[in-house]
Amino acid sequence: MTLKHTCLIACISLVIGLGLPVAAGAQDTIKVGVLHSLSGTMAISETTLKDTILLMIDEQNKKGGLLGRQLEAVVVDPASDWPLFAERARELLESEGVDVVFGCWTSVSRKSVLPVFEENNGLLFYPVQYEGEESSKNVIYTGAAPNQQAIPAIDYLMNEVGIERWVLEGTDYVYPRTTNRILEAYLQQQGVADEDISINYTPFGHSDWQTRVSTIRRFGSAGKATAVVSTINGDANVPFYLELANQEVSAEDIPVIAFSVGEEELSGLDTTPLVGHLAAWNYFQSISSPANSAFISQWKDFVGSQDRTTNDPMEAHFIGFNLWAKAVEQAGTTDVDAVLEALPGTETPNLTGGIARVLPNHHITKPVYIGEVRANGQFDVVWQTDGTVPGDAWSDFLPVSEDTEADWVNRNCGNYNTQTNVCSGTAYQ
Amino acid sequence: MRVVTYGEWQPLWLLLAVCFLLLPVAANAQTADDDFRAVVAEFGDANFREKESVAERLLETGHASARAVLTALLEDRFFFRQQDQQPFIVESSDENLSSFALIDPASLEAAGTSEPDQLDRVITNNRLRRFLRITIARFALSSPDADVRVDAVKQMLRSLDAASIELLRERAIEETNSSVSYEIDTALALAALDEDEGSARVAAINTLADRLSPEVYNRLSLLLERDEDGNFIEGNEDARLAATEAIRRIDAARNVYSIIETAFFGLSLGSVLALAAIGLTITFGVSGVINLAHGELLMLGAYTTYVVQLAMPNHIDVSILVAIPAAFLVTGAVGVLIERSIIRFLYGRPLETLLATFGVSLLLQQFVRSVFTANNRPVVTPSWMSGTLQFNEAFSLTYNRMSIVLFTLIVFAILLLVLKRTRVGLEMRAVSQNRLMARALGVRSEWVDAMTFGLGAGIAGVAGVALSQLTNVGPNLGQAYIVDSFLVVVFGGVGNIWGTLIGGMSLGIVNKVLEPFAGAVLGKIFVLVAVILFIQRRPRGLFPQTGRAAESS
Repeated sequence: MTLKHTCLIACISLVIGLGLPVAAGAQDTIKVGVLHSLSGTMAISETTLKDTILLMIDEQNKKGGLLGRQLEAVVVDPASDWPLFAERARELLESEGVDVVFGCWTSVSRKSVLPVFEENNGLLFYPVQYEGEESSKNVIYTGAAPNQQAIPAIDYLMNEVGIERWVLEGTDYVYPRTTNRILEAYLQQQGVADEDISINYTPFGHSDWQTRVSTIRRFGSAGKATAVVSTINGDANVPFYLELANQEVSAEDIPVIAFSVGEEELSGLDTTPLVGHLAAWNYFQSISSPANSAFISQWKDFVGSQDRTTNDPMEAHFIGFNLWAKAVEQAGTTDVDAVLEALPGTETPNLTGGIARVLPNHHITKPVYIGEVRANGQFDVVWQTDGTVPGDAWSDFLPVSEDTEADWVNRNCGNYNTQTNVCSGTAYQ
Repeated sequence: MRVVTYGEWQPLWLLLAVCFLLLPVAANAQTADDDFRAVVAEFGDANFREKESVAERLLETGHASARAVLTALLEDRFFFRQQDQQPFIVESSDENLSSFALIDPASLEAAGTSEPDQLDRVITNNRLRRFLRITIARFALSSPDADVRVDAVKQMLRSLDAASIELLRERAIEETNSSVSYEIDTALALAALDEDEGSARVAAINTLADRLSPEVYNRLSLLLERDEDGNFIEGNEDARLAATEAIRRIDAARNVYSIIETAFFGLSLGSVLALAAIGLTITFGVSGVINLAHGELLMLGAYTTYVVQLAMPNHIDVSILVAIPAAFLVTGAVGVLIERSIIRFLYGRPLETLLATFGVSLLLQQFVRSVFTANNRPVVTPSWMSGTLQFNEAFSLTYNRMSIVLFTLIVFAILLLVLKRTRVGLEMRAVSQNRLMARALGVRSEWVDAMTFGLGAGIAGVAGVALSQLTNVGPNLGQAYIVDSFLVVVFGGVGNIWGTLIGGMSLGIVNKVLEPFAGAVLGKIFVLVAVILFIQRRPRGLFPQTGRAAESS
């Protein structure tokens, strides 16, 4: 009954969606830039985000657009090529004159477009969990900072599972290295001895995990409960979990908690070897809430497939788009300065029953969930924070950044040292 | 006032006693069932730790259905019905079922059906599942299957308490199977370490001296530690001496096994490298073509495995055996096609073949992206290739790696046979040694070139089948292996099959020996530098191909 109904809505929306660019092109539209790789290695993850923004624009236009104007998506393809991200961003801001951009996935692509956005005073919504240590005037970070993902994950394992020995396993690049530096400092602060922490890095696409898994198994058989905190990059994960299963290391013996394995990554996999392993996110498709069910069915109808999954960065885009729309309505204009001034303090419901609020440091409040992988590729939420956690741009656990603060409301600075009272000028390292 | 005496009330007591006797047995069971149900109902809104204690109390009821409920909980088959908050076990919680068959948790009788979305599953976490597994193991101690009993004792070893030790003691008396007895001895010896009698502890330590399980090792190491005041935790000196000796022996055994393990890891990595490189060595050696599309031929082989699995979803275990010839034919055909359509025009122009084959590699990648999408494809590991062959607690080898080592050797043997014993092989060798002379003797060198390229490509496809079991099957699979393949070929000696095998194996072993010390990143760099230096000394690799010498190598 409802299925038929939603299908009808979907069909109508599709027709409207298709017709829009032509119809709306004539009058004055609000241009929304979408800067996600549609080809190359990152296409798997980023194409979904492009579709999410198209869905959001579609829904907004059905409600009559913004400020009485229709929205128009300008989609470009930076092709997983980091320098190309900067070029495409420049194209969006300078030639297309977009009012806002939703985009980027990897930290390196974000770093590459930062100067372009700051030079042109653009506005970027960045939807992916990242390593923190950054706050730009022109970026709103709707993904998780380390204190909204990694630190709560450690807390869960330490307090609820009773883990005493830690393996920090990562791929050799900036995100794992920064995250592990923060986690190591945090663990030491919690009284974990150095001999109970093992940190290791493997190259991109590492596929021969025999030695590492055997080492982890040995490290974990010293009588103390052991867990692996994994910042292993996408492609290398499958052989890693396979090898764990092959050497019969089960999640009950040594659980692996991952920060970048989500529903989308699991959808093309034989998940049997992963069952019971953990992931920390701010959203899971399996969380039941009216908003989430509505979004999931909207999404499935929009992409025309019942098998497609939703995931955490998609929720971040959902939140980011709604925050932007609210701020635009509040400011009464799409002018970037006015919107940026309206954004801090803006609130919008997230998909899991909480409220996302933009903080003065351009991060948002998010709940943290820990999920265990099930055989069907979905997650069972086994733990969650009470309420939401405010994102912290500069980690309190690193000596270099413990005194640093980002505040775009009172200090107009993304990198303010509270000890020396100096704004170091550059918004990022 | 009168005092009521016992005697005066006697008739009432009698009556009561009669009542009790007359109460049907069913009523007794009824109260037991009700108690049981009350405990089961507590699973409804308990957190994970509370669920653990609920499970414990469930066992204490001694109800016959406790095992079934806990097993269902462990297997995600335990639900509460939303409308009345009644707990049920379901027969199977398969996602594809449109309705679940309900089973009453106390009587274990069928209790109708329900739609899956009318039921709330009771969620477990790792810690709870581990607890359940250890708990349920107690029930399995009396299983008629000896393997089940061994597993049960091993599970119980992970966390021994008074109750489980008592159960094991009872079992030890009637146990007839030696391997089960061996495990029970371990458990009882571990328990005996807490005895007051020093000699009993020494005896227990001596029993444990040849057990390699980490539980034993950790427990023995604890004996040698000191408490906060600097006194030994183990007061008895004989026991300490025995423990020191036991740990020394276990350490020695573990070291030996870890060396064997490293060697095996090296061989298995080496066989993957050799397998991936051998197709390249054939095309490179015979026709002198540097085939940059070689990696994509590996990829095509892996995708063939995926397609074969799609075609026979009910026979996954044999699908991989079907995939081997299928992959050989598919990639072999693609190889011949590439040779006939592009490479044959470019012989003797290495730069142009390099560029052309690079173009082909991009074409093949995009082809796969268009057909199968850019997402990685799931290839299922057949059951006979998963798991480990356990020699003892400290040493086990994984079946999938063993199969691949074996597979590599078989492929090599067949290839050698083809090259040395068949007419095609003879012609290939002839052409590779002296093309003009071979032609003068009536060998159709063009045909041989096509066959060579097809053979090399076909073997790459076969290697792809093996790779599909180890890594992601995606459009980029080939690029991960092409550099390593060239490294092996150059190191082993261009065009020499034996060189490839030995080169691959030695690179694999060096890699694995270095990895624990240097890490995977540095280890790779060391190997690369070492190969570069080696090439400086011997530009033609381990087994240089020099005219007729190739014949005898």
